[in-house]
Amino acid sequence: MRNQTNIAAPSDDKRWKLVEATMRRNGYRPDALIETLHTVQESFGYLDDESLQYVARKLRVASSQVYGVATFYHFFTLKPQGKHVCAVCTGTACYIKGAEKLIEEVHDNYGITPGQTTPDGELSLVTVRCVGACGLAPAVVLDGETHGNMKPGQMSKELETAINKTGSAEPVSHTAIPEVMPQ
Amino acid sequence: MTAPTRSHIKTLKIDGKDYSGHEEETILDIARQNDLFLPTLCQIDGLSVAGACRLCLVEVKTWNNRLVPACTTHVEEGIEVLTHSERIDNYRRMILELLFSEGNHVCAVCVSNGNCELQALAQKLGMDHVRFPNLRPVRVVDMTHDRFVLDRNRCVLCARCVRVCDEIEGAHTWDITGRGIDARIISDLDTPWGSSDTCTRCGKCVNIYPVGALVEKGSAIGEMVKHHDFLEYIAEMREARE
Repeated sequence: MRNQTNIAAPSDDKRWKLVEATMRRNGYRPDALIETLHTVQESFGYLDDESLQYVARKLRVASSQVYGVATFYHFFTLKPQGKHVCAVCTGTACYIKGAEKLIEEVHDNYGITPGQTTPDGELSLVTVRCVGACGLAPAVVLDGETHGNMKPGQMSKELETAINKTGSAEPVSHTAIPEVMPQ
Repeated sequence: MTAPTRSHIKTLKIDGKDYSGHEEETILDIARQNDLFLPTLCQIDGLSVAGACRLCLVEVKTWNNRLVPACTTHVEEGIEVLTHSERIDNYRRMILELLFSEGNHVCAVCVSNGNCELQALAQKLGMDHVRFPNLRPVRVVDMTHDRFVLDRNRCVLCARCVRVCDEIEGAHTWDITGRGIDARIISDLDTPWGSSDTCTRCGKCVNIYPVGALVEKGSAIGEMVKHHDFLEYIAEMREARE
């Protein structure tokens, strides 16, 4: 195997060690791409061009392919997420039970559409396909906590409480968003 | 007694006639070898099979009349394949109509008019109208490359460019981002083609593209600008000389 140590991490940020460890554990195999991107996102909260480029070089995968993978899966995000992440489930059951109304409500109150973050960096809205809580439809995962049977007014309250509670606290862990299953 | 060796040659029926082929060959291979026409768009000899366009759909009677793409389905013993029927022809036309409705495929203003595989297929399969409303996409046109142009509005996502760049040129400058209706061709990290470090400017993608999405610069109608400022100048100067 070719020596991959000559490609240096983009910075001396300690978190690159975690990324490096994942790649080493997989023998720098190109097929460890998704796992490596998982570690990058868990460590940094999102995937920026620099990290994509670094992973691409390290694993000897074309950068266009890395970008293609990173944008194919809903789980990966190329933009920094807000302090709070509101994941509205749009799986079949939640969709039928009015997930669209919940998304509309967030848009009315915060002016963001799925995939966007408020300008103050407080709230990100994402949609996920089936969190596996169809019995609680429509379900919303707010900062890693699942809220079932959500009604528009009720969700607004939950969002307000979450944002006010922490104020300018530390960003929540993004690993808390459940992994997305393809539908 | 030795056990009978498993035969690698499979016999099958296509449109009622008997054919045989190696188990590693696909239904499309057998059809081609025997001059049976199957429409294809994403398939091109020399590249791996993508199964992207679904135009080579055939019906396998022995599999509950299931529709399968001929290009990715290997031959199996005893299968009965139908290459043309009212049902298949209708689906193929519908696939073409969907391709037409999804992008900008107005032949009259396209640089590939007359040299377009999509257009040729539409003529051949008798697709004379599109029953779906056109989506009129406004996708980014990349003209940053000094020799070539990528017009994503004309892209049919056959992924020929992705495959030729990866498999033949070895650069893998192209890939596809997003999914479904949001899927589109990108170079590198969705960065301008002209600034690509990986593109070798070989032009393979442009040459094997079936439609007018990847073309040489200078061939678009908008680029056919005439310059006749010289005439006034020369006429004026000549007048003074007389």
